[in-house]
Amino acid sequence: MNKIATIDTRLWQLGIMAILLLLGVLKRDFSLLPSQIALTFISGLLTQTLFIKFLNIKKYSFLSTIITCFGLCLLLRSANLWVHPVVAYLAIASKFTLRPFGKHLFNPANLGVILGISFFPETWITSGQWGADLTTALWLIAAGFFVARNAQRLDITAYFLMCYAGIFIIIRILWYGYPLAVFFHQFQNGALLLFAFFMISDPMTIPHKRIGRFIHAILVAVLAYIWQYWLYWNQGIIWGLFFATFLVPLWNILFLAPAYQWQPLSGDSNV
Amino acid sequence: MFKKLLFISALLMPQFSHAFCGFYVAKADASLYNQASQVVMVRKEDKTVLSLMNDYQGELKDFALVIPVAEVLQKEQIHIGDNKLFEHLDNFTAPRLVEYHDKNPCEVKRYKEERMSMSTSSAAPASKMKTEKKLGVTVEAEYTIGEYDIVILSAKESDGLETWLVQNGYKMPQGASAALAPYIKQDMKFFVAKVNLKEQNKTGLKFLRPLQFAFQSEKFMLPIRLGMINAKGAQDLLVYVLTEKGRVEVSNYQTLKLPSNMDLPVYIKHDFANFYKSMFDTQVKKHDMRAVFTEYFWNMGWCDPCAASPLSAAELKQLGVFWLGSSTSNNMRGRGIPVQVTRLHVRYTPETFPEDLMFQETGDNQNFQGRYVLRHAWSGNPEQCDAAEAYFENLTKRHEEESRVLSKLTGWDLNQIRKKMNLNDKVTPTTDKWWDNIWK
Repeated sequence: MNKIATIDTRLWQLGIMAILLLLGVLKRDFSLLPSQIALTFISGLLTQTLFIKFLNIKKYSFLSTIITCFGLCLLLRSANLWVHPVVAYLAIASKFTLRPFGKHLFNPANLGVILGISFFPETWITSGQWGADLTTALWLIAAGFFVARNAQRLDITAYFLMCYAGIFIIIRILWYGYPLAVFFHQFQNGALLLFAFFMISDPMTIPHKRIGRFIHAILVAVLAYIWQYWLYWNQGIIWGLFFATFLVPLWNILFLAPAYQWQPLSGDSNV
Repeated sequence: MFKKLLFISALLMPQFSHAFCGFYVAKADASLYNQASQVVMVRKEDKTVLSLMNDYQGELKDFALVIPVAEVLQKEQIHIGDNKLFEHLDNFTAPRLVEYHDKNPCEVKRYKEERMSMSTSSAAPASKMKTEKKLGVTVEAEYTIGEYDIVILSAKESDGLETWLVQNGYKMPQGASAALAPYIKQDMKFFVAKVNLKEQNKTGLKFLRPLQFAFQSEKFMLPIRLGMINAKGAQDLLVYVLTEKGRVEVSNYQTLKLPSNMDLPVYIKHDFANFYKSMFDTQVKKHDMRAVFTEYFWNMGWCDPCAASPLSAAELKQLGVFWLGSSTSNNMRGRGIPVQVTRLHVRYTPETFPEDLMFQETGDNQNFQGRYVLRHAWSGNPEQCDAAEAYFENLTKRHEEESRVLSKLTGWDLNQIRKKMNLNDKVTPTTDKWWDNIWK
């Protein structure tokens, strides 16, 4: 177990995301072309390489870049071949260019997806692609749990899920009077669990201190709920994280703590 | 917009002129299903025109319809539609069977499989406003439109609403109150219709015409929960969504495309309806009745092969397509028009679909249709030329493959299929894997 614990969390994430993508493409009718996957990775890795060379960065790792590329492939759908590589470029480039207070602000995959669905033609997210069957959900939770156990600061996943579930149950089940089955239906959605375990949990872009992460998680959940169920727009969680991210520097100023450093394999890179 | 239109037609025209393949021979339309409702949703931005057709079978005097709506509808927002439009749209989008005849392989030296990839208010004051204070129910408006008596209600409590409806002669099923509650809490209004028998007599029709209404709301959804209260068993729902740009999918359930574009044994020609029903049943079962199926997505201006001609601009307008300007006349047929039609087929029970259907328009514009292919064999003999021999060898393999595909799609017994296809047992190549049948 100790040996396992020393392996970079991101390797686990990466493996799990690769399996999910493979399952999705083969079994879940993802409308994603192999060429789109290839272009995402080529563009993402190339961008990372060029920035590292150009900025003469000594300590770096490609693991996060690969995870970002997996995230984009799992979420973004497009009728055009060029959208995925352009979005991958923008997502990775944002890590080097949008750095208020000396660290990148946005989760690259989150920013990429938001840019993709906002500004690119024929591009969308299929949140229902995972189906709601229990097996997928349980499997994802188990996999995610393994990752969460192994990483620091992934308490945010639990904060977010509890808060989002809490809001959902209080407003929709208790107040509106929907049957409890609606709650289970929503929380068996692969997209929500994927978001909780693999997107919001990115330690580089969440507040350093526990209290900050707690507030951040609540904010994401509240914004996501408003977006989805008050305004009736789609992809509430993705937009919730995007808007809440703007306040992360504030939580870091208010609640001081050392910044996160990736563990063993990658040295102490921060890109 | 104009630019976009040109772009679409430039992309589609070459396909259209070259791609006609096979002849349309049969379709699997909505009449296959008992307990099927059909809904046409026309949607652009936050504007929706909804047309509802119920396959109501009982006594007309017992008919009642309760639909949650986002706002109090004015009389002008409600309209009586035409069944024929549903029929036309159903026929246009129905899954289709096409057939080809193999060419003489001796003439065409190389037998080439031609397989087309199909991927490619004037506010009319509500006259009889009355408030039932005790029940918390307010009659916001009352109209008689066509054969329907319509009231629009707002309510404070679901029990009160249920009592009001019962007092006013509506037969409410058990459990209605609980199902009504969430809509009341969200401040939705209720569109309630029953048949005005006198007016109905005047129409001279034996059936009820579809109700249509136009409203503005951010909610792109279809309330299906209320309809489930008195349903026995699973229900089928066909939703035709007409949008300007892309394919529509359900955002809170999995939306899947049905298996399509496969070769089937030719005997299916006379059994297509049965085939399609079995295939749909099999797919529904496979996904535990928790998925929504896309049966068709195409530009409304053309089709290939056509199961029916595209709807005319006038018909589309009748269905509520409000953004078609006068420039989009019928001479744009055969080209892309700014209307896309998505046909979704759902089979549901209250347990498998606990939530109303929420939709989203995606950026996807890849055509899709339920299309099944019959290939008639060439009727020559193998000794005619070398190519003929090779052709018959291929033909045997093809027939084997067709039988397996059919069995897999429908769950029908492979041996029965082979019998119907007159397949000789001796030539069965055993390409089946030993593990294929373990978990079937």
